Amino acid sequence: MTTHHQARKGRGPAAAPRPDGRGRAREQLAYLPYLIPGLLLFAGVIGVPFLMNVGTSFTDWSGVGSPSWAGLDNYRELVKDGEFWASFRHNVLVIIGMAIVPTAIGLVLAAALTDLIDRHFGPRTAAVLRACLYLPQVLPVVIAGVVWSWLLAPDKGAVNTLLKDVGLGSLAHDWLGDPSTALWSVLGVMVWMQIGFPLVVFMSGLQRVDPSLYEAAEIDGATWARRFWHITIPQIRPEIFVVLLWTTIAALKAFPQIFVLTKGGPGGATNVPSYYSYVNFFEKSDVGYGSAIATVLTLVIIALTVVFLRLQGRDLGEER
Amino acid sequence: MTATMTKPSAPARERRGAARGKRRRGPSAYAVLVALAALAGIMLIPFLVVVFNALKTPQEYTSKGPLAPPSGFNFDAIRDFWDRVDFGHVLLNSVLISGSVAVLAVLLSVFNAYALGIGRIKGRIWVLALLLLANTLPQEALVYPLYYLAKQFGIYDTRLSVIIVFTVVQSAFGTYLLSSVMSAFPRPLLEAARIDGANRWQVLWRVVVPVVRPTLSVLLVFFFVWTWNEFLIPMVFLISNENQTVSVALGVLQGQRLMDATMSSAAALLGLLPTVVFFLVFQRTLSRGLTAGAIK
Repeated sequence: MTTHHQARKGRGPAAAPRPDGRGRAREQLAYLPYLIPGLLLFAGVIGVPFLMNVGTSFTDWSGVGSPSWAGLDNYRELVKDGEFWASFRHNVLVIIGMAIVPTAIGLVLAAALTDLIDRHFGPRTAAVLRACLYLPQVLPVVIAGVVWSWLLAPDKGAVNTLLKDVGLGSLAHDWLGDPSTALWSVLGVMVWMQIGFPLVVFMSGLQRVDPSLYEAAEIDGATWARRFWHITIPQIRPEIFVVLLWTTIAALKAFPQIFVLTKGGPGGATNVPSYYSYVNFFEKSDVGYGSAIATVLTLVIIALTVVFLRLQGRDLGEER
Repeated sequence: MTATMTKPSAPARERRGAARGKRRRGPSAYAVLVALAALAGIMLIPFLVVVFNALKTPQEYTSKGPLAPPSGFNFDAIRDFWDRVDFGHVLLNSVLISGSVAVLAVLLSVFNAYALGIGRIKGRIWVLALLLLANTLPQEALVYPLYYLAKQFGIYDTRLSVIIVFTVVQSAFGTYLLSSVMSAFPRPLLEAARIDGANRWQVLWRVVVPVVRPTLSVLLVFFFVWTWNEFLIPMVFLISNENQTVSVALGVLQGQRLMDATMSSAAALLGLLPTVVFFLVFQRTLSRGLTAGAIK
């Protein structure tokens, strides 16, 4: 039906590339059924639970029995809660550890692997190196946590043993148990875990860059740094946006890393909002308060996503 | 189309690269190679140490410390852990859940992206932003209501409940990636198929899906690995032992501090082997697929 419509239109003198106006609306409507399963499942699994969560955040509820209406009490408490704000400050550092540093390192590594190793030593070498660097990503977070909490253990942990063996025994200490180093240790582990994702995405993006671009630049005497800045970065800008957004969101949701490594401790030194809400939900049984934390976190993530998608749209729009 | 175009060019590039490589390998290139190899080695140290200690006896571990290689192959710790958590069963649960989620979420992503990317439905940006929420929402915000809903529907503590939840959660990324790939889909190809009399359903399966198939296999790998690694919702939902997943079994045991170092390592080794194997099998697809999908 619409096929005929389109075909007829295509033959007309004022042939538009796409049907517009009423035809376009009807055309779009025909695709609607494909969206229905997705929207229904979304409503059931995400939409309703989220609205329930928002509702709970206005109540005082222990998880059993009936919740009692509390209005904005939870939010008022939140504003005054030093632990909550501290957890957000930690989260800013977690974003650096899980999003910004891995993206930057991933960019340099991807460029080096594609631009130098692949071209000078063959794609097989590059693939092996990529596999090694990507491997921590495949490792389940929980297991990575098990391994690292054990590597960083105060006595007989591999890191401390290594430090003693090379004569730096004075540096050895309880990495995850000391409030002054716990967060930094967690961040280091996060960088280790996270590098693989940007690396793989950037390397695949770089494969669509015409190699003659690099060759021409090399012949013109452009240094590696200049080629990196003027060819690599602009060419894979879409990937950079996607990776930054995705890893930032992952950082804001960082829960399992904290859960297995430190449980937010020592003394809240590695607490982040998502872990803090978990504690309120399941350990303190203060479900209303936990919901309020989760709701605030959600609003932050939504705002960030929208700003990011706008920026990305504008940036890619300019290129067209 | 994009997919078929990238394939023939890859070997050509390979040959060119190899030929040129022989001519121009400066000392700086070697320096970078050495540096990267060293970094790769450092990244692998935790894996190596895990393998070492998984194969030690507790006595050996106490006397020689964690960094020494094992004197022989001792599978006691691995066997112990296997029996303690009934690992075969737990493994089966993880494979079943991750496999179902991977397939169903790819399917859902294809449908969503077909409407958004090819159909260009009005307000698609908003629909996309909405669907993205499935992945951007912190799971802590969902877990209590989901727990409640699952109990209401009588599917609490079933693998089905986790499969449904993660199908929706994972499909967010798939919808995002696929709809941007599909919105760059060559329109003439679609129109030609329509003029040949194919309806939308046929266009989807015979024209669109074959072209984006490499991207679909990348999503399949990502979804499998991501679901395998999920922790919070499976931990809350799968409370009975016969439904536990690998991640949950490991995390819970670790949380209870019931394991000594050799058993921790054995547990880690058993937990990571399936995903490493999975990754190595799909490594080629991973780079090829993302490339084909990313081309505009």
